[in-house]
Amino acid sequence: MASALPDGDPAPPDGALPPSAVGGAADRRFGVYVHVPFCRVRCGYCDFTTYTAADLGGLADQDRYADTATRELDLAATVLARAGLPSRAVSTVFFGGGTPTLLPVTDLTRLLRTVRSMFGMDPEAEVTTEANPDSVTSASLAALAEGGITRVSFGMQSAVPHVLASLDRTHDPARVPTAVAWARDAGLEVSLDLIYGTPGESLADWRTSVTAALACEPDHVSAYALVVEDGTRLAARVRRGELPAPDDDDLADKYELADALLADAGFEWYEVSNWAVPGGHACRHNLGYWRGDDWWGIGPGAHSHVGGVRWWNVRHPRSYAERLAAGASPAAGREVLGDAERRAEQVLLAVRLSDGLLVDELDDVGRAAVPSLVEDGLVDASALPRRVALTRRGRLLADAVVRALLG
Amino acid sequence: MSPMASTAHTPSATPPEAIRNFSIIAHIDHGKSTLADRMLQITGVVDPRQMRDQYLDRMDIERERGITIKSQAVRMPWETAEGTFTLNMIDTPGHVDFTYEVSRSLAACEGAVLLVDAAQGIEAQTLANLYLAMENDLTIIPVLNKIDLPAAQPEKYAEELAGLIGCDPRDCLKVSGKTGEGVEPLLDEIVRQVPHPVGDPDAPARAMIFDSVYDTYRGVVTYVRVIDGHLSPRERIVMMSTRATHDLLEIGVISPEPVAGSGLGVGEVGYLITGVKDVRQSKVGDTVTNASKPATDALGGYRDPKPMVFSGLYPIDGSDYPALREALDKLKLNDAALVYEPETSAALGFGFRCGFLGLLHLEIVRERLEREAGLDLISTAPNVVYEVAMEDGKKLTVTNPSEYPGGKVAEVREPVVRATVLAPSEFIGTIMELCQQRRGSLRGMDYLSEDRVEMRYTLPLAEIVFDFFDQLKSRTRGYASLDYEADGDQVADLVKVDILLQGETVDAFSAIVHKDKAYGYGVMMAGKLRKLIPRQQFEVPIQAAVGARVIARENVRAMRKDVLAKCYGGDITRKRKLLEKQKEGKKRMKMVGRVEVPQEAFIAALSSDAGSTDKGKK
Ligand SMILES: Nc1nc2c(ncn2[C@@H]2O[C@H](COP(=O)(O)OP(=O)(O)OP(=O)(O)O)[C@@H](O)[C@H]2O)c(=O)[nH]1
Ligand SMILES: C[S@@+](CC[C@H](N)C(=O)[O-])C[C@H]1O[C@@H](n2cnc3c(N)ncnc32)[C@H](O)[C@@H]1O
Ligand code: SF4
Ligand SMILES: [Mg+2]
Repeated sequence: MASALPDGDPAPPDGALPPSAVGGAADRRFGVYVHVPFCRVRCGYCDFTTYTAADLGGLADQDRYADTATRELDLAATVLARAGLPSRAVSTVFFGGGTPTLLPVTDLTRLLRTVRSMFGMDPEAEVTTEANPDSVTSASLAALAEGGITRVSFGMQSAVPHVLASLDRTHDPARVPTAVAWARDAGLEVSLDLIYGTPGESLADWRTSVTAALACEPDHVSAYALVVEDGTRLAARVRRGELPAPDDDDLADKYELADALLADAGFEWYEVSNWAVPGGHACRHNLGYWRGDDWWGIGPGAHSHVGGVRWWNVRHPRSYAERLAAGASPAAGREVLGDAERRAEQVLLAVRLSDGLLVDELDDVGRAAVPSLVEDGLVDASALPRRVALTRRGRLLADAVVRALLG
Repeated sequence: MSPMASTAHTPSATPPEAIRNFSIIAHIDHGKSTLADRMLQITGVVDPRQMRDQYLDRMDIERERGITIKSQAVRMPWETAEGTFTLNMIDTPGHVDFTYEVSRSLAACEGAVLLVDAAQGIEAQTLANLYLAMENDLTIIPVLNKIDLPAAQPEKYAEELAGLIGCDPRDCLKVSGKTGEGVEPLLDEIVRQVPHPVGDPDAPARAMIFDSVYDTYRGVVTYVRVIDGHLSPRERIVMMSTRATHDLLEIGVISPEPVAGSGLGVGEVGYLITGVKDVRQSKVGDTVTNASKPATDALGGYRDPKPMVFSGLYPIDGSDYPALREALDKLKLNDAALVYEPETSAALGFGFRCGFLGLLHLEIVRERLEREAGLDLISTAPNVVYEVAMEDGKKLTVTNPSEYPGGKVAEVREPVVRATVLAPSEFIGTIMELCQQRRGSLRGMDYLSEDRVEMRYTLPLAEIVFDFFDQLKSRTRGYASLDYEADGDQVADLVKVDILLQGETVDAFSAIVHKDKAYGYGVMMAGKLRKLIPRQQFEVPIQAAVGARVIARENVRAMRKDVLAKCYGGDITRKRKLLEKQKEGKKRMKMVGRVEVPQEAFIAALSSDAGSTDKGKK
């Protein structure tokens, strides 16, 4: 969950949803995101809502975190029921961070049991946890699988020591294949996160990292362009000129290289930064974000969406816990999307997927923009006239495409 | 020599014999306004606590730039052994763009203080302003200023100055506007030397309008110098050129704030307010007379200043166009030299083609429009005016390069100026070289003293109006000065260079240049645009062309990445807001065909070569 919270309207103290959130709910999947805002060290590039022991002054809160999160799950069940939403079995759960695997395995599995008992769970549900390669063991992974986790996403980032060092990553690159093997043994699906464009990373370094990731034979790979986020240590070093800012041409080269290597290895892209082995290995939880499904985000700084209402929680674990202890909603703000905003989001989100966007969803301005997008090689002519889907070049210029489609 | 006057004359009852009207004239920065400060102080019209440097430079722009743009007239009492006198002093601007202000001021005077910086000596506008004063038959009092400076050489420059005006070097007064030394003797000398005004007090009134200023609170304030007769409050007056009559609501003198009084008599200088809202009803150069007893012959007027440089002014936000029109109309009220008419640019939208006296004038007008009306403006590259004759006999006047005809041109004429360069003689070679490069021809050369020469050139206006002065200064280590005045036109070998983005001409970047300089301009502009135009989703070729012939080309490579490829979890709001911000940014872009060009690119491409006028100093 990203650092600064958006500006929005005040959220009601009891978290109540407006009636507008109910419409069409039966056609939307329902997911649960559980944010775990703790890390051993803070990486210089990271602006996610996460705290280290030093930040919080002792890890007391970490011990009680599962209890607090359970309170919000309670609140979620009440609010959804009171709003009159139909009861829907949870189709995906995602433990994200921070570093969820810093919590004892039993905390995660207990939370999962609570989700199951409160909402019911789809028998085919996808249950992911993020993990740092050095925050798991063969035993902990087995226990996670045992407790109902089906998928693990490792923050590999790079296989090159100097790149990992620039990213403040502490794990030994050799740890990644080992952790993947353990996860496999436990019967888990595996995804690997990579970052490209780190200052000092050469194209050859990047090739090494992608190749190393593929050698682990994961089911899924996410490759993210390094973003220099305001307020991070990385941003300060770039501003002072100690490190060069990522260069767009270099990022484009690396994206294209990754896409080619992944395609050669049989992976298919399904979202700008995500590739999966064919046969249902795309991350269904993340697809829900792009497809406008509903989800409840548990935890400090977590974002939720239910039927056109988006809200976000307070960021600090202490105020988060205090609100819940007082029986109040931890939401810091929310927005109820108007028609125009919903349409804009629809375009913005769907265009990033390989399925693309139905031409029917576009207004006249958007439709008029399509021919020149095809001419510039950004939109794939073969998906037309039904769908607007991006070419490889178009994926790298997705934001420009969105602006063109929205006029 | 005397202290402040203890008994001042009352306006409207001042005997002409006791009046002395004079202007302070000089090259820019030689200290006119500072000398005026001391006069205001010594004569007691400005309280010591109210005093500030260059008191009469009242406009923000004048204060920021440290230069005078508008003349200011002030009435001051002065006592000598011979009795009490009334002095009307006019502080004038020194910059060549505002020479017309000086000539208007001189027409209200019988004398002129010709001020020369004793550390610099005679410079080009010293000469130009001296000649103006001589044309008006004024008594000239030569004065060396800044004698407090360690680098001052009053004796040397007294020789030079005496040689110029044909007097004895000992007749040159020596003052310091900074310390006040010599200022009292100067005032005494003004009383002694400057003739008092002569007029017929019983004749119908004739007063010359030498300035007319629009004031938000008071309407039009008209500055006059009375030649004959008398003007009184509440009487009806007639503007002789239009025969329009007005009620004289208020009449008074400036000392140095307006003081309403019971009228103005022969030789007096002051202001009047009639309640009109438009300065065109109170035109500079017109003659004011009494309605009850009108004069038959108007006084000789002034020539309207002629614009020398043209540029398009466009609001960055197209919806500000009406506001720009309004602001121009308002500014025009105080600035007779400003001319404008609507024009449309394919690249910039609706705007105005404006004529200016020079680049400093352009800069100031633009700055005032931006500041006083809160507008953001783009000004296109300045150009001069061309007379084009076509082979089919048609003739047209081109003030905007994009109007330059595409067909068969028989002849193009460009304006030329008579330029005067003053410099130490060691720089003769350097200056000749520069003027040659600028297509100049030498008309004559004189030694003002052993080591200082005056060189006279005919030069195309287009060659000197932009960066010539900067070049001249840098090649002569700052020692040369320049003055010029319009001097007709000449046939020239000119071409229009167009700039094309993705094959589309961007009218705002077209320029008319001499054939030999077309290539240089094309390469420079294309190179500059390559750096200024952001990468687009497609490649953008930039070309410079003369007609169909491409003379320079550059390329803006296609943008390759414009996507947030990071995991934002469920924070979709942030992504949408980012998009909204990007769309806002897009609104600030001007579309040239499909190419998005940021306003900043236009501004940077068009302005930096307009030649920095070094805070407007010349
Ligand atoms: N040392 C010294 N400096 C002076 C004297 N008179 C003027 N200056 C300085 O010279 C500079 C120009 O003075 P101004 O009085 O603004 O000159 P100006 O002739 O009115 O200039 P324009 O109106 O722009 O033509 C200022 O920095 C003054 O402080 C003087 O007698 N002695
Ligand atoms: C929610 S984060 C946290 C997962 C886990 N704590 C870790 O760091 O491995 C998920 C992924 O976002 C990516 N990420 C984090 N900060 C980023 C940044 N500034 N730019 C690009 N990707 C980033 C990393 O690849 C990371 O694995
Ligand atoms: S481990 Fe992951 S969440 Fe924690 S600081 Fe590093 S990037 Fe951020
Ligand atoms: Mg001045």
